[in-house]
Amino acid sequence: MPYITPLMPAYPELFLLVMVCVILVVDLFVSDDNRIVTYALTQFALAGCLAITFLTSSAQPAYTFSGMFVDDLMSDVLKLLVYAGVMMMLVYSRAYVAARGLFRGEFFMLVLFATLGMMIMISANHLLTLYLGLELQALSLYSMVALQRDSAVATEAAMKYFVLGALASGMLLYGMSMLYGATGTLEITRLAEIIFYGVARDVVLVFALVFIVAGLGFKLGAVPFHMWVPDVYHGAPTAVTLFIGSAPKLAAFAFIMRLLVQGLGAERLVEEWQQMLIVMAVLSLAIGNITAIAQTNLKRMLAYSTIGHMGFLLLGILSGDLIGYGAGMFYVVVYVLMNLGSFGMIMVLSRSGFEAENLEDFKGLNARNPWYAFMMLLLMFSMAGVPPTVGFYAKLSVLQAVINAGYVWLAVIAVLFSLIGAFYYLRLVKLMYFDASQDTAPIEPHGDVRMLMSANGLAMLVFGIMPEPLMALCIDSIQASL
Amino acid sequence: MLLGFPLLSLAIWIPILAGVLVLVTGSDRNAQAARLIALAGAVLGFGVTLPLYTRFDPLASGFQFMEFAPWIESFNVNYHLGIDGVSLLLILLNSFTTVLVVIAGWEVIKTRVAQYMAAFLFLSGVMNGVFAALDALLFYVFFESTLIPMFVIIGVWGGPNRVYAAVKFFLYTLLGSLLFLVALIYLYNVSGGSFSLLDFYRLPLSLPVQVLVFIAFFMAFAVKVPMWPVHTWLPDAHVEAPTGGSVVLAAIMLKLGAYGFIRLSLPILPDGSHYMAGFVIALSLIAVVYIGLVALVQADMKKLIAYSSISHMGFVTLGIFIFNAQGMEGAIIQMISHGFVSGALFLCVGVLYDRMHSRMIADYGGVVNTMPVFAALFMLFALANSGLPGTSGFVGEFMVIMGAVKANFWYAAAAATTLVFGAAYTLWMYKRVIFGAVANHHVAALSDLSAREFLVLGLLALAVLAMGVWPNPFAEVLHTSVNDLLNHVTQSKLP
Repeated sequence: MPYITPLMPAYPELFLLVMVCVILVVDLFVSDDNRIVTYALTQFALAGCLAITFLTSSAQPAYTFSGMFVDDLMSDVLKLLVYAGVMMMLVYSRAYVAARGLFRGEFFMLVLFATLGMMIMISANHLLTLYLGLELQALSLYSMVALQRDSAVATEAAMKYFVLGALASGMLLYGMSMLYGATGTLEITRLAEIIFYGVARDVVLVFALVFIVAGLGFKLGAVPFHMWVPDVYHGAPTAVTLFIGSAPKLAAFAFIMRLLVQGLGAERLVEEWQQMLIVMAVLSLAIGNITAIAQTNLKRMLAYSTIGHMGFLLLGILSGDLIGYGAGMFYVVVYVLMNLGSFGMIMVLSRSGFEAENLEDFKGLNARNPWYAFMMLLLMFSMAGVPPTVGFYAKLSVLQAVINAGYVWLAVIAVLFSLIGAFYYLRLVKLMYFDASQDTAPIEPHGDVRMLMSANGLAMLVFGIMPEPLMALCIDSIQASL
Repeated sequence: MLLGFPLLSLAIWIPILAGVLVLVTGSDRNAQAARLIALAGAVLGFGVTLPLYTRFDPLASGFQFMEFAPWIESFNVNYHLGIDGVSLLLILLNSFTTVLVVIAGWEVIKTRVAQYMAAFLFLSGVMNGVFAALDALLFYVFFESTLIPMFVIIGVWGGPNRVYAAVKFFLYTLLGSLLFLVALIYLYNVSGGSFSLLDFYRLPLSLPVQVLVFIAFFMAFAVKVPMWPVHTWLPDAHVEAPTGGSVVLAAIMLKLGAYGFIRLSLPILPDGSHYMAGFVIALSLIAVVYIGLVALVQADMKKLIAYSSISHMGFVTLGIFIFNAQGMEGAIIQMISHGFVSGALFLCVGVLYDRMHSRMIADYGGVVNTMPVFAALFMLFALANSGLPGTSGFVGEFMVIMGAVKANFWYAAAAATTLVFGAAYTLWMYKRVIFGAVANHHVAALSDLSAREFLVLGLLALAVLAMGVWPNPFAEVLHTSVNDLLNHVTQSKLP
């Protein structure tokens, strides 16, 4: 039995916090020309977290801070993916933010704080920890959206995000307070036990559940709590949009697992939240996919497509068994990969003073650069869920879970809406391959971006041909943690 | 030492790897290299399928050349391949057609040659995968993967209205196959976690379930066949696709649907198939008669052949769903024959189109005066299309009609009208295009077939004649497989 220090489960978080402070100080002494130092330190901090999480991971859950904080296999896997997602996002956005005067210490600071918030959320075993992590992440994201100070759109988006986000946090907190009132505890594992033995009053629990699901719906961007998504995705600088659309979704997944599944996973409560999630999932699929057709702005289109994808994620979770949770996790991981690639491509095509954010800007990409067009083709077909790309297996595993839970009709609805979804992904492919280009500017990203973009696009195909490792990882980590 | 090789895997992966190679090495500056590599890949791909035929044991029941490897263990999905007589013939047809398509596109395609060739090679490999898959999910993945290359082929190298046609093609076929996927997952759950077709064959299912699953399967396969009334994507796709795309679409892709009925619907859902047979037969007869009439009035040659394809595929589905040996064998022979004949007809139209840039019948007339060799070959294919004895078109149609007489005289009577309509629309088109006085100075300036075109059409002519005169080599590999199939269909699987 190796010796475990009491703080060991929280080592990655502690390391990141220390690094944030170091970077904060170092950045003061770095001139604008050498800002790359801050960038390198940020990447180093994330790589360090990656190494620590990897080395301290174990199959057995370990608790610390008197049971407020847990380190289990699911949290390890999700955290590793968060680091990877943030690192990829930083690589993609380096040139983009530099060209827009955002390549400053604050940017990296906020990214790292948001990451820290996500890590805390992922490892929370206590409603307070969960809430603190959520707020740390959310506050960082609000300010990141507003980072482009003189852009009216960005400021508006930030305002909207903040006001609605605060409202959602309030609802969540209210729900949590009712849980405390009903059970007398804030610790998630204790909560589950008390509910399981039927001591708590069901009426109060269900009431709390409504508020919590509403708060969660907002954080995920599921209908009817989706209003902020298109505006924020559209208004924020693309680098920030990429960030919002990637790692926080992993954290939100963890949030759902901790709160709904671990905390409120008693059978009679599952039935309650299943109903709510069904409504949210179907609405998200419908509104996300149908509204996306009408969009001419790619960022908005991807925002609505995100809403649709979140509907699919909810389908996995509402199946209410290990298969479903594993499928949900696989889906969210694949979604994050696709999202990173698609927004990354927008940044690759953008240059100083020009945002390639309209669908038109992708016209004739195949003639300008066949390789990137092919990568985008893979990403879009993966989003649409066409084999042999990995998006197909994500949809497959969710559908399998849904049918296994006895909701064949839900699966039919889901495939019909994904058919509608296929239309607008296809339209982008059509623009890239079949239309003539209006823009002739050369596409010359840095070497690191080029490699990452290729890896990202090809991953769609590689995981599509060999989905087993990733799928097994998700299923195993869920099984080991619940 | 050919025995040790996984021949089926080679038949799937050689074209795909050749496609990757073409894509990597070929650019527009180096188009000739792309063509040569593509040809080598296609010929090699066809080469590895030949031992499949020589080593195939026509008397053995069940699947041969089985390959098995675990693929996605979390879902118990396996890379499970194997073929019977039906898949054998389709794999041969597919690999053969790919060679022809590569040659046919040799000089015609001038832009993005490497991408064009690669798309066809991918398509070829993937379709071999469909015909060889014995795992339902593997089947589905291959089945769906055909969409992306065909979408790009139609959309990039197609005619003026190509974008509409490409999107319509994609969405139509995707709609069908998504419900098919739901049904497959349902069967996976019912069978206790297996996607193996062989497990599905043994799975007892109640009648309502069988009917529902049948409808889901039917959506996917009927769109692909295509059956009336979900056929409307096909004329659009055919008209806009480049010649090679039309050939592959007609010769192979349409067969995926019929193959799906044979490989999945019938053996997995025998009672559902019987229950729904009347419905399918009705749709098939509507296709044969009504679409035959529609073909008669077409002004566009490609559209005419497209409608003729739908009508002929009606014969295939009719033959499958009358559940007797003649009908079934006739349907399969008709599939192969239609592969040769419709491919050849599209190539003939392509030959004319490359010279005149028009597919309208009205723009032609008197072509025989300037292109006698072409006129002779075109004649042969036109006659085969109308089912003349001595050509491959006759064998399948005759067997299906014989089978239909056994099942119900009126089925046969309705189906036999095709002998009139088929001859009418094909020969009438032929007459207007080929015979008569030279219509205009464009026709007067036509040059006869080049050596490359002659090679392609000549090979197909040989195939059409050989199959018409001596169908036995094709039929003999089918007997056992068809018997197996009919055994499956006659055994009720109700619990």
